[in-house]
Amino acid sequence: MELNARIPDHPIEKMWTNHQFDMKLVNPANKRKYRVIVVGTGLAGGAAAATMGELGYNVECFTFHDSPRRAHSIAAQGGINAAKNYQGDGDSIHRLFYDTVKGGDFRSREANVHRLAELSLNIIDQAVAQGVPFAREYGGLLANRSFGGAQVSRTFYARGQTGQQLLLGVYQALERQVHAGTVNMHVRKEMMDVIVVDGQARGIVTRDLVSGKIEAHMADAVVLGTGGYSNVFFLSTNAKGCNVTATWRAHRRGAGFANPCFTQIHPTCIPQSGEYQSKLTLMSESLRNDGRIWVPKRAGDDRPAHQIPEGERDYYLERLYPSFGNLAPRDIASRRAKEMVDAGHGVGSMKNGVYLDFADAIGRLGKSAVEERYGNLFQMYEKITGEDPYQVPMRIYPAPHYTMGGLWVDYDLMTTVPGLFAIGEANFSDHGANRLGASALMQGLADGYFIVPTTIGNYLADGPKGGVDENHAAARDAVREVTESQNRLLETRGSRSVDSFHQELGRLMWNHCGMARTESGLEEALRKLPELREQFWRDVRVPGSADTLNQSLEKAGRVADFLEFAEVMCHDALTRDESCGAHFREEHVTEEGEARRDDENFAHGAVWEFKGVGEEPVRHQEPLTFEHVPLSQRSYK
Amino acid sequence: MNLTLHVWRQSGPRDEGRFETFKPEGITESMSFLDMLDLVNEEITVDGGEPIAFEHDCREGICGSCGMVVNGVAHGPEKLVTACQLHMRSFSDGDEIWVEPWRASAFPVMRDLVVDRSSFDRIIQAGGYVSIRTGSAQDANAIPVPKPNADRAFDAAACIGCGACVAACPNASAMLFTSAKAAHLSYLPQGQTERLERAVGMVAIHDEEGFGNCTNHGACQEVCPKGISVDYISRLNRDLLKANLTGVEPGD
Ligand code: SF4
Ligand code: FES
Repeated sequence: MELNARIPDHPIEKMWTNHQFDMKLVNPANKRKYRVIVVGTGLAGGAAAATMGELGYNVECFTFHDSPRRAHSIAAQGGINAAKNYQGDGDSIHRLFYDTVKGGDFRSREANVHRLAELSLNIIDQAVAQGVPFAREYGGLLANRSFGGAQVSRTFYARGQTGQQLLLGVYQALERQVHAGTVNMHVRKEMMDVIVVDGQARGIVTRDLVSGKIEAHMADAVVLGTGGYSNVFFLSTNAKGCNVTATWRAHRRGAGFANPCFTQIHPTCIPQSGEYQSKLTLMSESLRNDGRIWVPKRAGDDRPAHQIPEGERDYYLERLYPSFGNLAPRDIASRRAKEMVDAGHGVGSMKNGVYLDFADAIGRLGKSAVEERYGNLFQMYEKITGEDPYQVPMRIYPAPHYTMGGLWVDYDLMTTVPGLFAIGEANFSDHGANRLGASALMQGLADGYFIVPTTIGNYLADGPKGGVDENHAAARDAVREVTESQNRLLETRGSRSVDSFHQELGRLMWNHCGMARTESGLEEALRKLPELREQFWRDVRVPGSADTLNQSLEKAGRVADFLEFAEVMCHDALTRDESCGAHFREEHVTEEGEARRDDENFAHGAVWEFKGVGEEPVRHQEPLTFEHVPLSQRSYK
Repeated sequence: MNLTLHVWRQSGPRDEGRFETFKPEGITESMSFLDMLDLVNEEITVDGGEPIAFEHDCREGICGSCGMVVNGVAHGPEKLVTACQLHMRSFSDGDEIWVEPWRASAFPVMRDLVVDRSSFDRIIQAGGYVSIRTGSAQDANAIPVPKPNADRAFDAAACIGCGACVAACPNASAMLFTSAKAAHLSYLPQGQTERLERAVGMVAIHDEEGFGNCTNHGACQEVCPKGISVDYISRLNRDLLKANLTGVEPGD
């Protein structure tokens, strides 16, 4: 597998501008001769489809949802970063670039991150012009807040529904192109495989989720904006439908998968309340601006919060990180909460949370000010838990939330399969080992609106590929393979539901490849995963038939892919024998209990090559160099 | 909790459909309504039956996928929540619960509780956007928007496209949904240029898709999980009137 990041040979500040000039262009009149497939309609996929349609390409856009507006980007709460410096507080492109590289714990590619910081400006302009109702000040200008411990106010937001409003902007732009006839929208069609002809991506196989029809769609290039894989843990904050199938299938067809072990655990989620819970709910981490996190000093203390006197409470983040306190970065806040719960200090009936207490804030600011800032979040919390956070402290616990790993891409966002592009959370490019708050929306939109619609032209400029249609042997084979595996799932007629396997997989991954990882734990997971996969194919029960709307069958295919994917994730965590960002190996800690990076041996992206199910995958490396942000140890003391 | 559940089962658009009764075990108050349905489905699967099809994704009230009529009310008994945000503590031991799909001719049932809401996408296609090319926008702060207008635009933009308003309306009108999008854009300077064309275009498709007329029942507002106000419908009607008087046609 050849890893050439194709970083343009220009100074970093001018790299993207000059590269745009250097790239070949497709003549406007010729664009309609090209057909481009886009899979996924979230911020990345939806924006890419709309923009490429507008540019004149023939776009075929696919989603498994009933409407493009349902994509999981809709659920993002907090905000979107941009280096506008509207607050005049010293922000700049360079500072956003710097913070992102450092926040990612030096495991991302400088060139890509710099471009992201540059494009952050255009995103806000674009969204506002579309009518995205960002928060405003009384003078009518855009409001900002500081987010996730950033030292400047660069986060734009729309109450607690920033993702929703940005996605609706994307959705509306997309529907406008559907109306104009440049984008052909396929809803309720799930991508099941990539079709590769002569080493180039030339199409996809889909299953129609209503009729069950499995068919091939051909194109000159394929763009995947299919999101992340947090649902490998079963319980996560991701929507239930989020899955790894598209990226995993691409990987099986030759696309390198980079840093799969970089998974982010979000510190402020509502703890699990019972065994049958199907998903976890995130609450914006802006809550940490005013809430104080604590646990009882005495392990096993059963008293309700208000009966525990001040002196018997441990405000552990304030104690351990005097300068950042409750605003310590996500990975640190998450890990420390786990330590507290593991040591028996957990609160709530299941002893599985820590307190996030607003009593001081209410005393200091008054109830109405707290309500103004967090009212909707308090309401949401009460709806779910039945407890009133104005009276009793909230209980929170970390939960899987975002995945930094993904398909390896070069500077043009192309995977190792020519003609196959990956954008948004589906690629690995910008966040390194840890993503900063309010940066996911930024990256999805930068990739979708501005990068891939330009770079794809460079790939296509040599002329339409032509020559293959749905009857090509590669397409027919891929359709046959998908059909066979669907039939196999239905014919197994075992005794266990798909969900029960997914839950078991999730527990295994959470215990061994979750917030803290060890060599022995990962080895155990690698022993158990093949057994679980074998059991799944022997004993799964998928009711119903192939030619109807069959949600069990949909889930079964996704879980089958998660079961394969989980293995490479554990291999990656095992071979990355260091701690960095969200990847925490218990063997590698500093005296103070923080992650200890090993730049000498691990300043690289790890890129995996598929060798067959159950075969050991091959690890390749993309070396990373840091010329603009000097390597340093993160310190939040 | 002991409950008796009657769920609408329908194998496809042409099937007549019927209620099927379940007596699930192991329901607790802290479960969400959809966790409860998951549990029922688990039992059905293990017993060799076909699980109840229902739509859901985010399970936190934002994606608009879930939607079912619970005991005669769209999204169930609690105000300002979606079905996925409903918890079993809203019910009592011994309750009977009836669960049905949205019923409206513009939302045909596909299977069990799953309906086809693609008509909503087509209403948006008819003008629910600002026509702006990617990359051509001016600096964001060059368009100041008075805060009250920005807030109003946001209130309208909070619609999640769930369709409860249609399910609750005796005429199966989608005017709450349609007017919310029109209002979101008409409160902003960016939305003015196409304002009347948009109103005419979206309402024309609304009618063409088979949604009924609004006769001011207000049932939509009662069930809307996002508190979308019927005032937007009057606002849209005023724009329609203006468009009629000035002879504005739908955009292309
Ligand atoms: S107006 Fe309310 S009920 Fe109707 S689709 Fe929007 S959110 Fe749902
Ligand atoms: S599942 Fe998303 S709103 Fe209910």
